[in-house]
Amino acid sequence: MDMKRDYYEDVAIFTSRWIIFWFCALILGLALFPFIADKFLKTYYVYVANCIAVNIIVAMGLNLLVGYTGQISLGHAGFFAIGAYATIVFMAKLGLPFVVSLFLAASLSALFGFLLGLPALRLEGPYLSIATLGFGLTVTQIIGRVEYFGGRQGLHAPELVIGPLHLDSDISRYYLFVLIAVLVCLFARNLVKTKVGRAFIAIRDADIAAETMGVNLTLYKTLAFAVSAFLAGLAGGLYAFILGYIEPEIFNMLMSIMFLAMVVVGGLGSIFGAIAGAVLLTWLDLTLRNILEVPFLGEWLKVMSRSWFSITGVSNIQYIVFGSIMVLIMMFEPLGIYGLWLRMKKYWKTWPF
Amino acid sequence: MVPASGRKNQDIGKARGRRVAPASKGWCMAFFRVEDLSMWFGGLAALEGVGFEIEKGSIFSVIGPNGAGKTTLFNCINGIYKPSGGSIRFKDQELVGKKPDKVARMGIARTFQNIELFTHMSLMENLMLGRHVFMKTGLFRGGFMWGRRSYAGREEQIHRKKVEEIIDLLELQGVRDYPVGMLPYGTQKLVELGRALALEPELLLLDEPCAGMNSEEKQDMIFWIKDIQDELGVTILLIEHDMAMVMDISDRILVINFGRPITEGTPAQVQIHPEVLTAYLGEEESDECAA
Repeated sequence: MDMKRDYYEDVAIFTSRWIIFWFCALILGLALFPFIADKFLKTYYVYVANCIAVNIIVAMGLNLLVGYTGQISLGHAGFFAIGAYATIVFMAKLGLPFVVSLFLAASLSALFGFLLGLPALRLEGPYLSIATLGFGLTVTQIIGRVEYFGGRQGLHAPELVIGPLHLDSDISRYYLFVLIAVLVCLFARNLVKTKVGRAFIAIRDADIAAETMGVNLTLYKTLAFAVSAFLAGLAGGLYAFILGYIEPEIFNMLMSIMFLAMVVVGGLGSIFGAIAGAVLLTWLDLTLRNILEVPFLGEWLKVMSRSWFSITGVSNIQYIVFGSIMVLIMMFEPLGIYGLWLRMKKYWKTWPF
Repeated sequence: MVPASGRKNQDIGKARGRRVAPASKGWCMAFFRVEDLSMWFGGLAALEGVGFEIEKGSIFSVIGPNGAGKTTLFNCINGIYKPSGGSIRFKDQELVGKKPDKVARMGIARTFQNIELFTHMSLMENLMLGRHVFMKTGLFRGGFMWGRRSYAGREEQIHRKKVEEIIDLLELQGVRDYPVGMLPYGTQKLVELGRALALEPELLLLDEPCAGMNSEEKQDMIFWIKDIQDELGVTILLIEHDMAMVMDISDRILVINFGRPITEGTPAQVQIHPEVLTAYLGEEESDECAA
């Protein structure tokens, strides 16, 4: 039954015992995952989980911007890079502790987000995407040319230390990353249910009407950019420690497009969609890199490649598979994974009939 | 009041503004006054020399053929367009040059001719957006809403209660949680009205609230507009093409054509004005419409 008895239930997360139960189950599952992975699978999966956690944070931020506020961005790798570089520079060169560096780096990224949001007030759709694309490309170019940031050589991430804790393994980092990812998800979910989030959605659906209802477009559009950039910067700071070493080439245009693809494939304008998109695409990306080791498919591709392709053909073949999966999802469910989820829920609601 | 002759009402605009102002001082502070408003799009005058005054608590209608500049007038009041000249004063404050959100904060709400709802939000959320100017929850209080006693949680509850009152008034309980894009046209028009009411406006601009409605829905809408005037004491500025409705509910009517004011007066005065009959209602059908 979904009868509501008081107004708070409209915005509450835990509206029924089942949701509390599943949430606890999820937290327990996340807490136990490294042990299970360590014992029964490979520790590699903890690394995958870390990448997923980082991408969830970015996707959540990008979803606030693209899915909720309706402002497209193809430059999120730029914010990601700013976060990653700033965190390492603050720690290694200025000697600040990790938590402070991470927060400062994310704030710096938010500042750039705010600045990018200013031209965005006058731009829309394809024009905005090109402007943000330009930003993303510029950031890596500038970073690559500054000697202080390591230039083309890149930077090594220092040891990740929080107080007495030395997080030097994937498993120990896992808890930090997942904790932040869960908090970010809750934050985003609460945000879109309250005043600021409603203003974002209003701007997306009908900006003139939103303005005449008292929403300050300048404030909320730049705020959306800033929040989105903050989360991307935060994720970038964490990602630097997954890699242990960063160089400008990592934060290329393809990365920006991957972030956008996560949000779109997952389902624009839905928290669940951003999570699902980040999980699926990160996993696919990491798995398909070793596509030739995948049973059956790998062998088949090798044969195909030998008989049909040039010698270099097989090396980038994962993008073909990757692309086809995305095309199929968008073809059959324009709402992305979130749309599939909605259909599944509907189906099971009336299941025996 | 002595019924004014048609001739007296004929010459309005600049001259009228000057003449009416001292007379109106005695019985009412100018609640809302437009003076010599003009709006040019390149060489085209969408509005020229428009002036009128609205008494608090009344229903004031603007009529005119398509393209006469009625919606442009609304857009100027709202701050969506910046007028080329003239002034718009609301409770002795100048509106020209203010941004739309500032105008909204002063207590002016509006509905749109072509529905401009937040189609993916539920009806409840649409009305909650109408409460935007009254809410103080920001990024942090909103994002870290930890429970019903948190600041954001309490504020949500207070405003949801207010919104529920509007839902009760407009009898929308049945579709409270529906995405508004799924609702039928008539209901969407009503939601727009509700959203404007959520702003608790003192002046409500209604841009063709009955456009595209069937006669039953129209009757209901007229009933609600009257209700809003009587019970909530909201002053209403109305654009509408349905003459029967306009003549029925308006206290005063302004007729404009090609951006220029033709006349202004009570429904009875406007109906018999010769220029109105030729310009707007059409010469042939003049008898029928005036009746």
